[in-house]
Amino acid sequence: MDFFKRHFLVPLIAVLGLIAIAYVGVAANLQFVFGVVIPYLAVLIFFEGLIYRAISWARSPVPFKIPSTCAQVKSLPWIKRDLGDRLDNPENKWWAMGRMALEILAFRSLFRNTRTTLLRDQEKPEDSRLVHWSYKWLWLGALAFHYAFLIVILRHIRFFTQPVPQWVTALAEVDGFVQFYIPTVYITGVLMVLALLYLLARRIYTPNLRYISLAADYFPLLLIISIGITGILMRYFYKVDIAAVKQLAVGLATLKPVVPAGIGSIFYVHLFLVCVLFAYFPFSKLMHAPGVFFSPTRNLPGDNRWNLHVNPWNYPVKFHDYMHQEDEYREAMIEAGIPVEKEK
Amino acid sequence: MAKLPTPAELIQINYQMPSKGWMDLKAEMRPGYYVNAAAPKWMQMIDYPFPRAWNVADEDWQLPEDWKERVLQGMEDRLQRFRSLKLFFDICVRCGACADKCHFFLGTGDPKNMPVLRAELLRSVYRRYFKTAGKLLGELAGARDLTDDVIKEWFYYLYQCTICRRCSVFCPYGIDMAEMTILGRELLASVGINIDWALASVAQCYDKGSHIGATPQAFKDMVDFLAEENERITGITTPCPVNRKGAEILFVVPSGDYFADPGSYTFMGYLLLFKYLDLDFTMSTYAAEGGNFGWFISHEMGKRLNAKIYEEAKRLKVKWILGGECGHMWRVCNQYMPTWWGPIDFLEEPVSPITGTKFENAKVHKMVHISEFTADLFKHGKLKVDPQRNAHIKLTFHDSCNTSRGMGIFEEPRYIINQVLPEGHFFEMPPNTIREKTFCCGSSSGINANENMDIRMLGGLPRANAVKYVHEKYGVNHLGCICALDRATLPTLLQYWVPEVEITGITELVGNALVFDDEIERTTDLRDRPLAGFEEADEEEGAE
Amino acid sequence: MPEKNVAMALNDLLLQKKSDILDRWRDQVFASYAPETVRFLRSQKDRFANPIAYQLNRGLTGILEVFLEEAEAEQIMGHLDEVIRLKAIQEASPSRALAFLFLLKTIIREELAPQANDPAFAAELSELESRLDGLALLGFDVFMQRRERLHEVRVSEIKRKVGALLRRLGMGDEFFEEPSGEE
Repeated sequence: MDFFKRHFLVPLIAVLGLIAIAYVGVAANLQFVFGVVIPYLAVLIFFEGLIYRAISWARSPVPFKIPSTCAQVKSLPWIKRDLGDRLDNPENKWWAMGRMALEILAFRSLFRNTRTTLLRDQEKPEDSRLVHWSYKWLWLGALAFHYAFLIVILRHIRFFTQPVPQWVTALAEVDGFVQFYIPTVYITGVLMVLALLYLLARRIYTPNLRYISLAADYFPLLLIISIGITGILMRYFYKVDIAAVKQLAVGLATLKPVVPAGIGSIFYVHLFLVCVLFAYFPFSKLMHAPGVFFSPTRNLPGDNRWNLHVNPWNYPVKFHDYMHQEDEYREAMIEAGIPVEKEK
Repeated sequence: MAKLPTPAELIQINYQMPSKGWMDLKAEMRPGYYVNAAAPKWMQMIDYPFPRAWNVADEDWQLPEDWKERVLQGMEDRLQRFRSLKLFFDICVRCGACADKCHFFLGTGDPKNMPVLRAELLRSVYRRYFKTAGKLLGELAGARDLTDDVIKEWFYYLYQCTICRRCSVFCPYGIDMAEMTILGRELLASVGINIDWALASVAQCYDKGSHIGATPQAFKDMVDFLAEENERITGITTPCPVNRKGAEILFVVPSGDYFADPGSYTFMGYLLLFKYLDLDFTMSTYAAEGGNFGWFISHEMGKRLNAKIYEEAKRLKVKWILGGECGHMWRVCNQYMPTWWGPIDFLEEPVSPITGTKFENAKVHKMVHISEFTADLFKHGKLKVDPQRNAHIKLTFHDSCNTSRGMGIFEEPRYIINQVLPEGHFFEMPPNTIREKTFCCGSSSGINANENMDIRMLGGLPRANAVKYVHEKYGVNHLGCICALDRATLPTLLQYWVPEVEITGITELVGNALVFDDEIERTTDLRDRPLAGFEEADEEEGAE
Repeated sequence: MPEKNVAMALNDLLLQKKSDILDRWRDQVFASYAPETVRFLRSQKDRFANPIAYQLNRGLTGILEVFLEEAEAEQIMGHLDEVIRLKAIQEASPSRALAFLFLLKTIIREELAPQANDPAFAAELSELESRLDGLALLGFDVFMQRRERLHEVRVSEIKRKVGALLRRLGMGDEFFEEPSGEE
């Protein structure tokens, strides 16, 4: 089996296996394990892992201030820097925070994927002109997925709260604005799965991406796709008892867990996959989410020359001082008319 | 007897994906693609470990007995000292945004030159020895054993990276291959694997003062010669004080500017400019090198070479430092120098003695870039120039990677260019090949050696290709830059791809254009080439 | 003059098939790169984001065009150079670097398969084949020129590295030029 197959099939089998485990578990009446024990465990692992990793990163210092300067640096006062320049090469920590915000909220760097294409006029090849267009599919796909996922998560708050906060209801209403099916179809849920399928297809069909992709890339994609699909199935096709689900969720949230009877297995599959995602998160590349906040090429201002950065492990190094040179070449230096410290 | 191959077999047409993953594919050390192993004498000069005579083409690289422990220990140390390394190892999602941004990938098509995969070469070892999943699952977790083949692969591909940071611009998390390359090279150096070209420059600079290894008297002789050249061409005496105590400004340039062509013409430009201003400056035989090949091989060596600049500023009791046109020198100065040595209280906040401008952006660093200095002079109308003296030049400007993505100097040189060139003589290359997206010369970071010319020409292809475009479209015949390595390597690159285009520093153009009251009539530029309108006179002279 | 007519027909035939031949040729040349790279080379049309493909495409198109128009050797040298200047540094040996020219031979032969056994075309075909051989031979010239150029750039880089020093010593460019026989 080749590299790609191994790295793609193993996660696929793993996800299918996880689904089977939940299914079998529920069939064996282990609702309490899958509905209470595992969710608590997963959340515990999630937060503990997250904190552990964040601390582990934070414990390594940032010896040098190395922002990628993607625009004119602040120099002479009359050299114009527009808003974009200030964000791409921040002059202080406030602008650096702006840069981070743009990076995190709008995926600024991915947006940079512009291409220049030379369009040849077939009739008059000498009249070729440069056309700039953007190669932004990756940016769009990534943005669609992340925002859809965020809204989906926020929508889920309504299961864990009683009464449901106003803004969650409002969010759900906006999300289900386009009504063409009963129950109301939430656009974000569908969008999330489509965006994920695009990201997966891209990985499989672009040869150089397939070449670099590891099991660790396919697994989270397949996992979240499965979460999305079980969610959609549960909402629109194999309906589960929402009231019972809510009872379970509120019980979990208020630390008074109850396991109401009569929730379909598909719910437990969905929940179990979410738990796996939570538990897997801190040990995976999904840590790019908190990690980006730590990135020294993005979160530091380009102000080295007027704002001293201190390296906590700075140490003295060995070098030859000036006298080393003069002692070796004194006579020749005097002859060449170069001033010296000691005339012998 | 073996069957004779058909043409198709010869170029190995292969529509199948290789069944072997990249982890099992050994790097083939191809002549023309790598720099030779460092000679032991250079390593001894700078106290580098395991000096020995070895050859990249050899099967056995004579690694020390405990090489594996050393590399892993070195990796652990660096993970604890550099958050960047730990983070960049952990958070890559392999989205591929960087894949086609590397000039070496674009020039060679070698998948291991995609920055993401180049980083995976290191990451896979990190996972194997520092991550639980990698320890347990091995290859499936993207982990692999550290073998001597892996070391060879690191050597091959980490020296096919010019630390240019183009990938980091496009990475959504700012993962910077340059950081990993430098640290990876440090690991290789810890087991005695170095490249000769870089080490020779480092050792000579460490010992004598400049990469070229010139003695103080040779340095003085060279700058005096270039001053004489100025006098011959312009009639203006442009003295260059050396080691003069009490001068206001210490001027530091890369050695390429006084030994190499065409950097020497930029140097002549500096001297003309300073003479025009009657600037109170000095150069130094000790801080005779602004460039810093040390940083190409390790952070520590970078610091060891950089020490001379502040040391000399202190000894000569100058007020502040002016730095010439150099790319990596300025990246080092900007990103590391104040942190290495700061706070710098023996110097003053730089003030231009001509315009009175306070360079507030350099108030900690105490060092000003020549382009900032010159742009400020033009802005205050302090320089009288005749742009027609550059009328034989149609220019495009190459943003050097280091000043672009490691500092952010874009506007100053363009402002100067527009002052010293006739209108309509400046043409930009396409937008995704300049400014922060600029393409590297393909030879920086210590790999501008002679023996690896093939890979240098391929790495520089994306840059040359954009130059060719403006050459064909607008008749561009010069490429301007503010980097000495560019001035050393781009002429070579363009001689192969676009021989019609020459390289020039920006201050050379300033020197051409500066009008002195008492100068002789100029009929040539600083390179002895006839100015526009004097071509015939030159030919007649030649005929006599 | 039946012979003349046949010649016209064969040339017309090739001209008609020009874009097919070019497509096949380009595909085969691209296919010699690492498989992960091939798709990238084929799909990315941007001249600046994909200089290899641009360079190859420009050269191959030019070679085929000039070849089918039976143009002069000088004209074709420039186009050969477009491709070979790349191949000369990408490939490890001349045989690999120049194999692309022999691929064209095979492709043309396959395209002309129906005519191959027609005696009416025999003379024309054999002439075509020798022109293809000539093309390949010119390729060797260009390859050598490129490898020599690579050595030239090495030497001139070494000279430039101490260029100012050489001028200081009165050893300018003239110094390195070979003395002409007249003196």
